[in-house]
Amino acid sequence: MSINKEQDFGTPASTEGQTVSLEIDGFAVTAPVGTSIMRAAASIGIDIPKLCATDSIEPFGSCRLCVVQIEGGRGMPASCTTPVAEGLKVCTQNPRLADVRRGIMELYISDHPLDCLTCAANGDCELQDMAGAVGLREVRYNPVETHLHAVKDESNPYFSFDPSKCIVCSRCVRACEETQGTFALTLDGRGFDSKVSPSQNQAFMDSECVSCGACVQACPTATLMEKSVIDHGQPEHAIVTTCAYCGVGCSFRAEMKGEQVIRMVPHKDGKANHGHSCVKGRFAFGYATHKDRITKPMIRASIKDAWQEVSWEEAINHAASEFKRIQAKYGKDSIGGVTSSRCTNEEAYLVQKLIRAGFGNNNVDTCARVCHSPTGYGLKQTFGESSGTQDFDSVMKSDVILVIGANPTDGHPVFGSMMKKRLRQGAKLIVVDPREIDLVSNSPHIKASYHLKLRPGTNVAIINALAHVVVTENLMDETFALERCDVASFEKWKTFITQDYHSPENSEAITGVPAADVRAAARLYATANNGAIYYGLGVTEHSQGSTMVIGIANLAMATGNLGRDGVGVNPLRGQNNVQGSCDMGSFPHEYPGYRHVSDANTRALFQQAWQAELSPEPGLRIPNMFDAALDKTFMGMYIEGEDIAQSDPDTQHVLAALRAMECVVVQDIFLNETAKFAHVFLPGASFLEKDGTFTNAERRISPVRKVMTPLAGYQDWEVTQLLSNAMGYPMNYSHPSEIMAEIASLTPSFSGVSYEKIDELGSVQWPCNEQTPVGTPIMHTETFMRDNGKGLFMLTEFVATAERTNQKFPLILTTGRILSQYNVGAQTRRTANNAWHSEDRLEIHPHDAEDRGLKNGDWAGIKSRAGETVLRALISERVQPGVVYTTFHFPESGANVITTDNSDWATNCPEYKVTAVQVSKVSQHSEWQQEYQKFSENQLELLEQGMANG
Amino acid sequence: MNKIDNLIKMANDISNFFNADPDKELAADGVAKHIMRGWEPRMRHDIINHYQQGGSGLSDLAKMAIAKLIAQTKV
Ligand code: SF4
Ligand code: SF4
Ligand code: SF4
Ligand code: FES
Repeated sequence: MSINKEQDFGTPASTEGQTVSLEIDGFAVTAPVGTSIMRAAASIGIDIPKLCATDSIEPFGSCRLCVVQIEGGRGMPASCTTPVAEGLKVCTQNPRLADVRRGIMELYISDHPLDCLTCAANGDCELQDMAGAVGLREVRYNPVETHLHAVKDESNPYFSFDPSKCIVCSRCVRACEETQGTFALTLDGRGFDSKVSPSQNQAFMDSECVSCGACVQACPTATLMEKSVIDHGQPEHAIVTTCAYCGVGCSFRAEMKGEQVIRMVPHKDGKANHGHSCVKGRFAFGYATHKDRITKPMIRASIKDAWQEVSWEEAINHAASEFKRIQAKYGKDSIGGVTSSRCTNEEAYLVQKLIRAGFGNNNVDTCARVCHSPTGYGLKQTFGESSGTQDFDSVMKSDVILVIGANPTDGHPVFGSMMKKRLRQGAKLIVVDPREIDLVSNSPHIKASYHLKLRPGTNVAIINALAHVVVTENLMDETFALERCDVASFEKWKTFITQDYHSPENSEAITGVPAADVRAAARLYATANNGAIYYGLGVTEHSQGSTMVIGIANLAMATGNLGRDGVGVNPLRGQNNVQGSCDMGSFPHEYPGYRHVSDANTRALFQQAWQAELSPEPGLRIPNMFDAALDKTFMGMYIEGEDIAQSDPDTQHVLAALRAMECVVVQDIFLNETAKFAHVFLPGASFLEKDGTFTNAERRISPVRKVMTPLAGYQDWEVTQLLSNAMGYPMNYSHPSEIMAEIASLTPSFSGVSYEKIDELGSVQWPCNEQTPVGTPIMHTETFMRDNGKGLFMLTEFVATAERTNQKFPLILTTGRILSQYNVGAQTRRTANNAWHSEDRLEIHPHDAEDRGLKNGDWAGIKSRAGETVLRALISERVQPGVVYTTFHFPESGANVITTDNSDWATNCPEYKVTAVQVSKVSQHSEWQQEYQKFSENQLELLEQGMANG
Repeated sequence: MNKIDNLIKMANDISNFFNADPDKELAADGVAKHIMRGWEPRMRHDIINHYQQGGSGLSDLAKMAIAKLIAQTKV
């Protein structure tokens, strides 16, 4: 293995189809129109010296190291900014060019510290490389003034900024602008005085910088440098794998020194991220080796007992015998489990297989229950497949982008950057959100044409109003609807949506959005050449989540915005593998590939392959498991990589259910909140310790590769296999590729997927089968995936949520997340990302705060019908009066103590986005928080006792 | 919320969606199918039981649907 650096072509690839032919140093080259001479040369192995150019950003032409001569041309043009042309004869090396280059390098080096031997970039410095390449042997200048004493900025926890080494090439500035879209860096001054700095000469941490690291990656010197490289030295080999945080699924090169990850570098060939990343994927990997990792299996009889460290064999046998005992006592259906959206496809598949075939029931569910289950339902009903319709790159062809209930710059940052790039190119933006997300007006050079700032819980009324305008103003693409969709359903829907009560004027009283804005937004979307919809949990986590997804699908079908590049309906899925875990049959009513358990043919197929009798009845969903536990009919649970005690709504209900069970088995990397209620703890492996695949929000199946030995000895799929064997249901896989082969053999949309293919293509988007051997970037291009090939319109009546405000609970609480922390925070809280967000706060509008005598930083008591918690107040005009907002990354916040058990009608996805609350000024934590803190401390003591005895 | 109240609420919520269909027979079919395909047998059993004891709290459409569910289960 070697570090095998990715080639830098100097400038981005041209997207033109037409090519030209030319000669470089006597070699014939053909390149697309618009390609730079530098890139054309690199494509045939001729590396022209360069400093200010790199292929992730547009060329700038400042260093002039890349000069060339063109036969018959004048002077020495910079090859990074000069495009190829038919018949050119280019010379990249001759004595004159060499002289010029040496002169340039001499100037650079005269103002550069000559500490190469002890510099952290030694071996990975382009300045050093170029000095070698141009044959620099002496520096004749002895400048009076230098930058050698410039002060370092160490404020960012992950990288340092040493301006004494800066060559002012502006690669960082351009990376921040073009790749990330944050515009945090500026290049000030002229000549000797020119320098790079964050914002107005601020420290990085005080600036707008979001720590994406694009500038660090672009910097050719040691000026911007990962602290991990400074501490540990240069990595020596690299393995391509996939980020385990969010549903963007960025591809990374894990750059290693032995078994230690030195840095994660976003992979240029990654088709989801094209070499970009966010702070989490690039920097926040330290949790994998955090001291809180539990690496020994543990058991205990009751949650009041100390944990006891035991061998794997003992822990597995104990779990299996408990499950068998419970089934003997309470019946076959009294146990079940949860697959993880953090784990691989192969692992999710194995857990559901264990439950269906080994436990003999369908009591399997997954965390998608609490996030995108309405997407699964709504898109399956209307389009015939439970997934988004586009690849991420499609957004670069969109003309109007409608973002509903999503915050891409925080939740899906790398895709957010791509979207921002398209918006800066001129695409129009409509945002539908109760809160002013950054895209609305807080992102440089971007402004939403319309922000429909609706009241939480009125999504369906807005989508109906938009559709009403489209139909009544005849902005439909009737040809598309009539040819591609079920005509009867289209006609019925038109009659429904035409009714006057759906008009923007009539729904204004419900949504609070001015009718004129709704009309204008509808016109903008419907008349765009390419209109694309992106949505997130602000759509799904409502009592009408599924209705809203259907409403979105109706709107896209009615306007013909489906089946080609630049359009579509795109759920921005939360967790790294939430798409995959759903695809793998994690829902209680569906086998892998979303086929219903009552379908006799499919069941026969699985029975045959799995050699087991399978139940034709749907199993329990997570909330129903809790109800059944309290009812004493569901007494044992196998939970892989999920923290339901923290992530599920109505915490007190969840905890009561967990306490009621006789055997809770938690498989995780940390003693998470759920594990505090467990009887068996099976230590899991982080994504760095396993092989497998993740599937991102664009249905892209990407490789996850083991870069270090599992700390506890086993990968998670191996643990499930051990448990299955102990339960008496044999499993004998020796590698996850065998599991994928089984998935492919049983699932039509995966039939063409294999590890060989993923290795060959880098990643592949399902459906991937005989008809689409290299996968499907864009779905429904010819027909929809429904049985008759037609899209189905469905009626979407607005029904107000039962969660109403009143005098006692006059405010609406809505929830979300932020860039630096990830969901329940189990990983990110154990990294330096806490520097950006160390506690959850309650955002409240100044008027509401004033009414309650609340000032910034005061403790705010939040009370709902379900419970009470306390957070610090953050006064903000981002929320409208009457609405308060919080994130949910810290267990002690108890955000879910206040969320209720109200849920989506179709899938029981909880209504996290709407809770009626009262807020008041308080002086201490709530009773629940105090009790929970005591409980939690006690559990940590029980853990320590176990470890001390172990 | 206790278990049966929760099931009643779930059945009513499902009915609220399908109620948009002016053809109430179709609407009830939609509700019945949704329950049949999504609810675990214990839950179906409990709601049928509740319906058979008068079905208090259930909307008209939910009642129609549960009647259909019973008929289907018998078949
Ligand atoms: S880390 Fe990202 S956001 Fe921060 S300055 Fe660098 S490119 Fe800009
Ligand atoms: S910090 Fe690095 S990338 Fe930025 S101008 Fe200086 S040398 Fe170039
Ligand atoms: S955008 Fe998502 S997948 Fe990409 S690096 Fe960030 S967290 Fe990881
Ligand atoms: S690399 Fe072309 S001018 Fe710097």
